[in-house]
Amino acid sequence: MSTQVLMPALSPTMTEGKLARWLKKVGDTVSSGDVIAEIETDKATMEVEAVDEGVLAKILVEEGTEGVAVNAPIAVLAAEGEEVSSEAPAQEAAALPKVAAEGSGAKEIADRASEAKTPELARPEPERDWGETRTMTVREALRDAMAIEMRADDDVFLMGEEVAQYQGAYKISQGLLDEFGERRVIDTPITEHGFTGIAVGAALTGLKPIVEFMTFNFAMQAIDHIINSAAKTLYMSGGQMGCPIVFRGPNGAASRVAAQHSQCYASWYAHVPGLKVVAPYSSADAMGLLRAAIRDPNPVVFLENEILYGQSFECPVDPDFILPIGQAKIERAGTDVTIVAFSIMVGVALKAAEVLAEQGISAEVINLRTIRPLDTATVVESVKKTSRLVTVEEGWPFAGIGAEVSMQIIEHAFDWLDAPPVRVHGLDVPLPYAANLEKLALPQPDWVVDAVRKLV
Amino acid sequence: MADTDAGIVQSGANAPANRGSNQPTMTQEEYSRAYRDMLLIRRFEERTGQLYGMGLIGGFCHLYIGQEAVVVGVQMALKQGDKIVTSYRDHGHMLACGMEARGVMAELTGRATGYSRGKGGSMHMFSKKEHFYGGHGIVGAQVSIGAGLAFSNKYRGTDEVAVAYMGDGASNQGQVYESFNMAALQKLPCIFVIENNQYGMGTSAARSSASQALYKNGEPWGIPGRQVDGMDVVAVREAAREAVAYCRAGKGPFLLEMSTYRYRGHSMSDPAKYRTRDEVEAMRRDHDAIERVRKALIDLGIDEKALKAIDDEIKALVADAAEFAQTSPEPDPSELWTDILVES
Repeated sequence: MSTQVLMPALSPTMTEGKLARWLKKVGDTVSSGDVIAEIETDKATMEVEAVDEGVLAKILVEEGTEGVAVNAPIAVLAAEGEEVSSEAPAQEAAALPKVAAEGSGAKEIADRASEAKTPELARPEPERDWGETRTMTVREALRDAMAIEMRADDDVFLMGEEVAQYQGAYKISQGLLDEFGERRVIDTPITEHGFTGIAVGAALTGLKPIVEFMTFNFAMQAIDHIINSAAKTLYMSGGQMGCPIVFRGPNGAASRVAAQHSQCYASWYAHVPGLKVVAPYSSADAMGLLRAAIRDPNPVVFLENEILYGQSFECPVDPDFILPIGQAKIERAGTDVTIVAFSIMVGVALKAAEVLAEQGISAEVINLRTIRPLDTATVVESVKKTSRLVTVEEGWPFAGIGAEVSMQIIEHAFDWLDAPPVRVHGLDVPLPYAANLEKLALPQPDWVVDAVRKLV
Repeated sequence: MADTDAGIVQSGANAPANRGSNQPTMTQEEYSRAYRDMLLIRRFEERTGQLYGMGLIGGFCHLYIGQEAVVVGVQMALKQGDKIVTSYRDHGHMLACGMEARGVMAELTGRATGYSRGKGGSMHMFSKKEHFYGGHGIVGAQVSIGAGLAFSNKYRGTDEVAVAYMGDGASNQGQVYESFNMAALQKLPCIFVIENNQYGMGTSAARSSASQALYKNGEPWGIPGRQVDGMDVVAVREAAREAVAYCRAGKGPFLLEMSTYRYRGHSMSDPAKYRTRDEVEAMRRDHDAIERVRKALIDLGIDEKALKAIDDEIKALVADAAEFAQTSPEPDPSELWTDILVES
């Protein structure tokens, strides 16, 4: 049987080209892989290789012909000894495969996309009462959370710079090397890119690494693995290969460490489908959410705060205490304005709420706890009650978490708003070193008070 | 570039597979298997190029034609459970490690029956069953992931090894050296394979690596390295066997530089102006890895009919895969929203 040789495309965008030269002539025997012709476009010259074998029975497009359509037959290959009819086959290009987006599926896809933008919001679940508590620092809570999960599951291990012998740059891993040994508490060289890739590789096999970044500023060296390797592999593998991993460490400004060491990455990571992003405030948040993050079968970016490490809060003593990822907490109930914050800014918001209470304004303070997936429902329910929204974050304003929360409220609760949402945020500058300048650049309780006063 | 034939090593001084008096060889059965597996990759890739030309495969597409002996030879030294990861020039690796031609080709055409259900494409395919961990589109990323696969083997106390393939271009990436360092520190059972096909995209290895002895790149960390004629499947298997034995024994990582050559451009849209037609022709004519095995089989007295039977089997297999890939349905629009997160 004879086969047609078609004009090939050099790229998905090529529609036609010039048949520059034939390297075989009629009667020549052709094997798979033989170069039979050259074609040219405005960008390049390429060789056409035979895929089928046989004898070049006919040349349908002479060399030098311009504007040959992709997929048009250019020659006929015949089997050895076969007669080929003298009629030229039709010159029109073979039909290209149908593209789904142009077919009947297009509307369906668009419908789903708009559904995804405005899903029905489930009513927020009330927080469970975990009973007895004790006072502990955020540092202790993080350490205990890791220890509990490591005792329960041999697949969980901790790696990072100074996590083992040094007991953690910020002493979060104090005592873990003694209890779990160097197989499971692993000091790495100062090579974030490499060790993050190694952890991701281990997670793809089903192990559950906790990667400690000394600070999230250094995770920028490894952000390719966090996003391209960890977050996308489940999707790119059609669901075959997940990446159960926790990336944790201090995020945001510390104190007087200037621009390269003081940055909030919440909005960077929250932008990425395939990641969960958690930002605890209190010891209970740290304990309950870190345990949930370690158990989660997905990559979780766990944004801690250095200044909070030493602060003490009440934390449930129940050994099963765990918090669901994706659920915000109403830290303080109120009726006049909703203040949404996360991480260290929850403390700033609570201080502002106290000042406002003295002025007769009742503020509801929401601690987001999780940035992605965002608990929009809890914020919406609150705004339906207060009709005013103020967001507070340490990071920069542009495309920040405050911008996203505000947009969610505009989409879901526009009619309940009595005023446009207001964002309180770190100034849109690299964080300066000088004590006075640094303080001027980071949100203070009175900034929140002023923002609320504009609305109420 | 080296003096002759695009720098292909004929018998490197450091190659364990030197063709001396103790010349390693293969049985007829092993040669037949190597021939079959290499031919499958060659024919599969030719068909892939054709389907790309017809607009049935989109995006970036990097063919493995010319390099078949590398992945087939290494695979012959591995056992079930050993883990493999590579870059985006990955079709050959997938076929060599046992993934089905149908599923690979259907992923190339973006169909629901592809290995990633049409969501990965040429550069992103995986198979848990065959321990194939991708298919990575970011140059060098697969190397630290490969060290992580080896970490997992060691953590779990198995004697399995991991093979992390990279090109000569990727071998200059910083994270490659970070991975060498950590793999050596922790004695991870990882075989780093540099497939030196002489060009990182359009830049020759001589223009991008200050040292041309890539097999020595692990020396500062005490990682043994071998330069191997990657156009000789027997030499490749021999070197891989040495590396595998070393890793399985818990001695740490091993580095293999395979001198090889890709006949096609870097990707489908590469006109390959950075090398001469004569250079490519000489490689195909004088060093083709499949032709070499075919000759060896004939020298061993294989029946012409037996060779023809292999050719026919592969031809049918590839034709079947191409047919499957063109007739399978595209993914359902609902696939857009699945596999973003594991629902816990």
